[in-house]
Amino acid sequence: MSLEQFKNRNVGTQNYVKLDLDHSPTSGWCQFKQVVKRTFKPELFVGLWVTLREMGNALFRGKMHTTQYPFEKLPISPRYRAIHDMLRLMESGNYRCIGCGLCEKICISNCITMETKYDENQRKEVSEYTINFGRCIFCGYCAEVCPELAIVHGQRYETASEQRASFSLFEDMLTPIDQLNLQQEYQGFGAVSPNADENIKKTPLAY
Amino acid sequence: METATMLPEVTAAGVIIKAVLILAVIAAIAGFGTYIERKILAFMQRRLGPQHVGPYGLLQLAADGIKLFTKEDIIPQHANKIIFAVAPVITAATAFIALAAVPVFPDFTIPLLDIYVPSIASDVNVGILFVLGMMAAGLYGPLLAGMAQANKWGIIGSARTAIQFLSYEVVTGLSVLAPIMMVGSLSFVDFNNYQADGTWMVVYQPVAFVLFLIAGFAETNRTPFDLLENEAEIISGYVTEYSGMRWGLFFIGEYANMITIGVIASIVFLGGYNDFWFIPGWIMIIGKIAFSFFFMLWVRAAWPHIRPDQLMWLCWKVLMPLAVVNVVVTGIVMMIIG
Repeated sequence: MSLEQFKNRNVGTQNYVKLDLDHSPTSGWCQFKQVVKRTFKPELFVGLWVTLREMGNALFRGKMHTTQYPFEKLPISPRYRAIHDMLRLMESGNYRCIGCGLCEKICISNCITMETKYDENQRKEVSEYTINFGRCIFCGYCAEVCPELAIVHGQRYETASEQRASFSLFEDMLTPIDQLNLQQEYQGFGAVSPNADENIKKTPLAY
Repeated sequence: METATMLPEVTAAGVIIKAVLILAVIAAIAGFGTYIERKILAFMQRRLGPQHVGPYGLLQLAADGIKLFTKEDIIPQHANKIIFAVAPVITAATAFIALAAVPVFPDFTIPLLDIYVPSIASDVNVGILFVLGMMAAGLYGPLLAGMAQANKWGIIGSARTAIQFLSYEVVTGLSVLAPIMMVGSLSFVDFNNYQADGTWMVVYQPVAFVLFLIAGFAETNRTPFDLLENEAEIISGYVTEYSGMRWGLFFIGEYANMITIGVIASIVFLGGYNDFWFIPGWIMIIGKIAFSFFFMLWVRAAWPHIRPDQLMWLCWKVLMPLAVVNVVVTGIVMMIIG
């Protein structure tokens, strides 16, 4: 096809396939027929039926759509990068962080601050570890770079707080020692959400 | 009135009790109607609706009332202050005045005091004209409110009020004309007695019933014709600048009007407060009014609203000719049969 044919935008002379639209009424009689047709078509009652059916579904078949948010929450994807968690070793209960400082180094918004020292066994001990969540952009590099899977992203996405200190200290992010058995391993950045199967739907081509 | 001679005498005390009853009960129902509306609309959209204030959200009404009463009453700087202040009262007052000539509850006698409370506060012999006229006068509320508040949206809202008023009023009058011809009276009691044999007026006058319903939706500014305060187009139309209880008065008026339309439709077309099989009449009339109220909410959930030009087109070019034809056909049939 040559360029001239593409440039021809003249609708009348080309083989366009036109949609089979209704013709607009030309005479008064045609307009009257259209009015009668539209008046007596039961479409309005179809609309009434649909809303009534949905009301029945909602009330009697438990298809109410509302999630009462603060009281019930939808599962979020394991890929979601929320407030960080500091994990512990399952065997000893000690925290996993070895104080290597990679997360502090890689953090592109410079929000991780850590201080380390040697303890009496000449092991590295984390003496100070804070994440400034006013700066954190939740990029996930810290979790990705961590060689011990110590810092991961948790499920706490409600980040509104009266004080930044509420969840930026090491102890706040660390798994509580009495809940060690409940500690979940971070599934990683490629994981699918737990309800992924339920969320699969047909593409709504019928609409 | 001939019908009144058989009943006990209507005293002033009875009428006052009736008036207080109407005012209290209808105002309460009108307020409660907002809760019902929110709940029904929520269910139809598969939501829960208000449910945190009280059991099932039943006290939401009280919370809204407290909010409305304690809100700051703002009158815009360049508004016409007197008209701005009076307009909501017109809407609410006319809605309740209209209910004076409508039989709302069955008549009863207070046992110990021996005071007879009639079913109508005042059985004027042109009842239906009075009610329709009062409801039409209620349109002055939106009209004046929109023009007084020095707001573009308000002006558009009141302009729409004017065209809506001009459009549906003709249809309302002509559609009830055919039943009036058949009954031969303008009193609601006669309408009720005419259908005492169990055949509802809607059987004789289906077209008039449909026309009256459509016009009634326009009269109460309900959804297919809610051009006056259409949020998507004109913010809130005539109530844009209103706040607090003045705004609440518009709402009470609207809901009282919905009830009035329900009462008229029930009495003129749907058999009134006559007994139906074993069901006593007062349950029947409450059921009918409740259904028509529900129907208005149902329609709001289901149907889109129309443009002002479509409203004028519908009323003047479709409904009015239909109403005229209906009146003429009714007249011819009455002439042949009667």
